[in-house]
Amino acid sequence: MTATTTTSRLQAHKPGFGRLVLGEWTKLRSVRATVWSLGLLVVLDLGFTALFTWLTVSQWSKSSPAAHAAAIADPTSLIMGTGLELGQLTICVLGVLVITSEYSTGMIRASLLAVPKRLPMLAAKATVFGSLVLVLGVGVSLASFALGAPILHSKAPVSLGDPGVLRAVVGGGMYLCVLGLFSLAVGTIVRHTAAALTGVIAFVLVVAPLTLLIPGSIGKYVHAYMPSQAGQLITQAHRGPQDLLTPWQGFGVFCAWTAALLIVAGIMLNRRDA
Amino acid sequence: MIEVDDLTKRYGDKTAVAGLSFTVGPGIVTGFLGPNGAGKSTTMRMILGLDRPDGGSATVDGKLYRDLPQPLSVVGALLEARAVHSGRSAYNHLLCLAQSQGFARRRVDEVIELVGLVEVAHKRAGGFSLGMGQRLGLAAALLGEPSVLVLDEPVNGLDPEGVLWIRNLMKRLASEGRTVFVSSHLMNEMAVTADHLVVIGRGKLIADCSTEEFIASNTERSVLVRSPDGGRIADAIAAAGGRVSANGDGSLEVADLDSTRIWELAVDGGFVLSELTPRRGSLEKAFMELTRDSVEYGIPSGSASNGSVQ
Repeated sequence: MTATTTTSRLQAHKPGFGRLVLGEWTKLRSVRATVWSLGLLVVLDLGFTALFTWLTVSQWSKSSPAAHAAAIADPTSLIMGTGLELGQLTICVLGVLVITSEYSTGMIRASLLAVPKRLPMLAAKATVFGSLVLVLGVGVSLASFALGAPILHSKAPVSLGDPGVLRAVVGGGMYLCVLGLFSLAVGTIVRHTAAALTGVIAFVLVVAPLTLLIPGSIGKYVHAYMPSQAGQLITQAHRGPQDLLTPWQGFGVFCAWTAALLIVAGIMLNRRDA
Repeated sequence: MIEVDDLTKRYGDKTAVAGLSFTVGPGIVTGFLGPNGAGKSTTMRMILGLDRPDGGSATVDGKLYRDLPQPLSVVGALLEARAVHSGRSAYNHLLCLAQSQGFARRRVDEVIELVGLVEVAHKRAGGFSLGMGQRLGLAAALLGEPSVLVLDEPVNGLDPEGVLWIRNLMKRLASEGRTVFVSSHLMNEMAVTADHLVVIGRGKLIADCSTEEFIASNTERSVLVRSPDGGRIADAIAAAGGRVSANGDGSLEVADLDSTRIWELAVDGGFVLSELTPRRGSLEKAFMELTRDSVEYGIPSGSASNGSVQ
């Protein structure tokens, strides 16, 4: 039969996970949202790092001794903090859109017809998106440090060779990577762009600070274990006096949150009708 | 070959597909017919592994869709709802699907040419017209040169040229030995395209037979008789076993007796005939008769004329 003989001609490559990754890479690079989100990440991160470090230096004489002490104790955290705080929003948006745009446009049906076993599809998506954000995130973090450290040098000198600094800078990229996967998981669970985005932003920006209002030591503990709060500890060169968790413990907590959400996302994706 | 066995799907307490069983064979176009809401799309989505059945199974070449290692080389599907990211170009849409199956890039160019989208291949699919969207959907379906095609309402919203193009394409694919399963709620469209029909209503099987058989057994034949001797000829026809009903304009509608026999009766009785026309009930009407009880949201009789829909 013609149908079967021509099919064999098409099987040029061996089936496997690699081809799914290739397909997901084409999907990711061929929509505008990817380009503008990641472009905005670079602009926001570098722009606010420069602005904030410059303001810190120019306002040095007017700021409190406590602020001086904090800056000198961990200049890396100060350099990484602001740019990341704003830049991370673009990763939240893109992470959610990577999956919810498939639902809103109907593309998910084409995706699942091509890859009917749904978990490999999600795994390929997470691999491609996570790798892209990791590479770009580490690059942006290094650039942000290279930009902020010289500005801050006269007041709080720091170099990549100092203990914990390189880990903190690379950690900025690792934080963005895991945040992207966190957003992807929420997007997969919620499926609607606006709702998923609200959920992620609420988690990252609103709920975490609110937990500080819980009275007593419970509030302190809850706050320390909130995903973004714990995750950002990796961008500090060393553990601060107030921190309940070390940088690596904090990052571990963030990874655990993300892994749990990805598992829930996988189960729901597998179970639901597309 | 598609095999559907006792397939059932429920949404809450509503049963969309109720114990459906049929087989779709290769080499012919099989029409999947039923009124809107009959469960056609749901059935197709279960065949394609998009929806999970609550009971029974649907297999393609003996396998569940989910277990096909390279599904696009076995089954090509065109869904009723769009399945394309509006921000992605037609070329990249097909490329990402091809890559996921391990097909060569060259195949993408081939299907783009096959469906006639060469000029707009690098434009964003969101700007495509309905017809171009259907062509892109078909390109995706044909990407892996599959032996089975599942097409949900492929001619919906197309202009006559597009309808003809799809009709010929389906016939050609079937003549190449492929299994072509195509749904429609338009009986007349299926009558000219499909060789075999699977008819459902309210999720249940109504008919599974060749199109010819379906037409023969479901269209009522009648003869229109017009005569100045209306009353007397009606008696003669009734006596010969025909069923006579009077049309409003003085003509008679005769069933169960063919035109030759009526002609003989007229000659024997010396009646004058001013018209004798054999009539075949429309297929569309037959389909509506057959599925009337199974239309999900029927129009209550009489409500259309007095407008008192509640």
